[in-house]
Amino acid sequence: MNWLFGDNINTDLITPGRYNITTDPVKLASIAFIEHRPEFHRNVKKGDFIVAGENFGCGSSRETAAISLKHCHISAVLAKSFARIFYRNSLNIGLLLVNVDTERIEEHDRLILDIENQTLINETREIIEKITIQAMMLRLNREGGIIPYLQKHGLDRLSDLERF
Amino acid sequence: MVEADSSQTITEKIFSAHSGKRVYAGDFVLANLDLVMAHDTTCAWALDSFYKIARKVWDKKKIFIPFDHAYPAPNVEMARLQSAIRRFADEQGIPIITDGVCHQVMSERFINPGDLIVGADSHSPTGGGLGALTIGVGSTDAAIAMATGKCWFKVPPTVRIEINGKLPKGVFSKDVCLNVAKKMGPAGGNYKTLEYAGETIRSFDIPSRLSLTNMSAEMGAKAAIVEPDENTTEYLNRNNRPYKFIRGELSSDKNANYDKVVHFDVSNLAPLIAQPPDIDNVARVSELEKERIKLDQVFIGSCTNCRIEDLDSVASIWNNRRLSPGLRVIVSPASKLVYLQALKKGYIDLFMKLGAIVTYPGCGPCLGRHQGVLADDEVCVSTSNRNFTGRMGSPKASIYLASPATAAASAITGFITDPRNYLS
Repeated sequence: MNWLFGDNINTDLITPGRYNITTDPVKLASIAFIEHRPEFHRNVKKGDFIVAGENFGCGSSRETAAISLKHCHISAVLAKSFARIFYRNSLNIGLLLVNVDTERIEEHDRLILDIENQTLINETREIIEKITIQAMMLRLNREGGIIPYLQKHGLDRLSDLERF
Repeated sequence: MVEADSSQTITEKIFSAHSGKRVYAGDFVLANLDLVMAHDTTCAWALDSFYKIARKVWDKKKIFIPFDHAYPAPNVEMARLQSAIRRFADEQGIPIITDGVCHQVMSERFINPGDLIVGADSHSPTGGGLGALTIGVGSTDAAIAMATGKCWFKVPPTVRIEINGKLPKGVFSKDVCLNVAKKMGPAGGNYKTLEYAGETIRSFDIPSRLSLTNMSAEMGAKAAIVEPDENTTEYLNRNNRPYKFIRGELSSDKNANYDKVVHFDVSNLAPLIAQPPDIDNVARVSELEKERIKLDQVFIGSCTNCRIEDLDSVASIWNNRRLSPGLRVIVSPASKLVYLQALKKGYIDLFMKLGAIVTYPGCGPCLGRHQGVLADDEVCVSTSNRNFTGRMGSPKASIYLASPATAAASAITGFITDPRNYLS
């Protein structure tokens, strides 16, 4: 299922400040959109997509917004654009973000994200969209995030990020 | 003679100085940092990542851990986060500083012109008012920065915002911020530096500049910056910091390449207010005054607007007047220094006798974490920076953002009120 959101979905809507006082990822997943869309955390299923407009994740630097969504086990967040710190946090923790024109995607459309061929296939509407996933996003997603990457390869490999 | 194609913005100069190569917008850099900040929530989320990649921090003197978002802890969960951070800080030999809002304390004590700093807080661009690049990151980046003293960046393009004209009486830098936000929108600065220039900015003291750079976060900016000048020297020297401004040392070159240049004339600007739930939903205070919007709470505080200069304007409006009966009026001085200055000027006495609640310096009410959480259907005028749904408490509450003067005038009437009729 696709969870449709509009423009400027901010971090206070994703993980409101008052609930945002735990380091437990499972608890964080249970507060995702708790006030803005209470049915989300109850009904979200592994493999679902979040589909949004412009500037998704604007507002606070709280990484919990990205952690919370990652631990809801969604496939990816598809949006027209992302706010900077949210994008960076998602890169770092291995939550897949895809820049794509989301205008025509509906709630029950069957989407297939083909990372290998960088395409988003909307089977319901028979639309194939070319997408660009930044190389660093892809690599860190495969590595499980930047911390597992640095643990595996060493801290001095931070400079390699440029060459991904 | 500098060739046109080698001209740089201030941002490009600071990134070049911190990466050992001449860089321009779009370049990737692994930069050396002057300071890393993580506070009583974002630092807690950094600890697990930190211990996975390091045992000791890169330089304990260059790590600043303030407890400000909810201090002293209002509940067991916050107390646990702070306790975990305290263990880490003790082990690493880093003092925990509990003297007020992180960005204010950093401006008073740590940020130098030309610095490159990361802060695990979205309002980190605040420090740009002192001519530094202070960039917001998340907890994982803060963990890596604490371990290595480095952070990777793409050098951002710069939008130059030229502001000219003398501000009319009763109109302040906060109104200028809201005017800029109205035009730029919540993503107008995304991935960019907003560089503020023009005669209005030159005339602004550092606290007024800090409000502007602070609010740049609401436009998505990666950083905000004001070229240092004599006012920077004066502010730093007043805070016992050695600095002497040298003309041209930290300025954008004449032919620097800007993403775009935006002009504002503020000579006829009126007091402005951001209506819920977006920063660019801006109206004139005088227009909203006609609607008689009844208030439940007025909050004067946050990293945007609770420096002594802000309290000067509040005190001048409140002097010899009364606050609206039954209205909750909360004043949170931005730092211990500001609190002590207010105490000395007799403001704390004045505010408390008027019935205002003066809290210990901190962020609490701004993010709905403690000391002023809103109930369903309540309406608040706040001098802070975010009017998002649910930001200060119930998602059914409404938050209006305005200058300290507008907040002060509104606290007298209990309705959104234009401050120009209350100036002495």
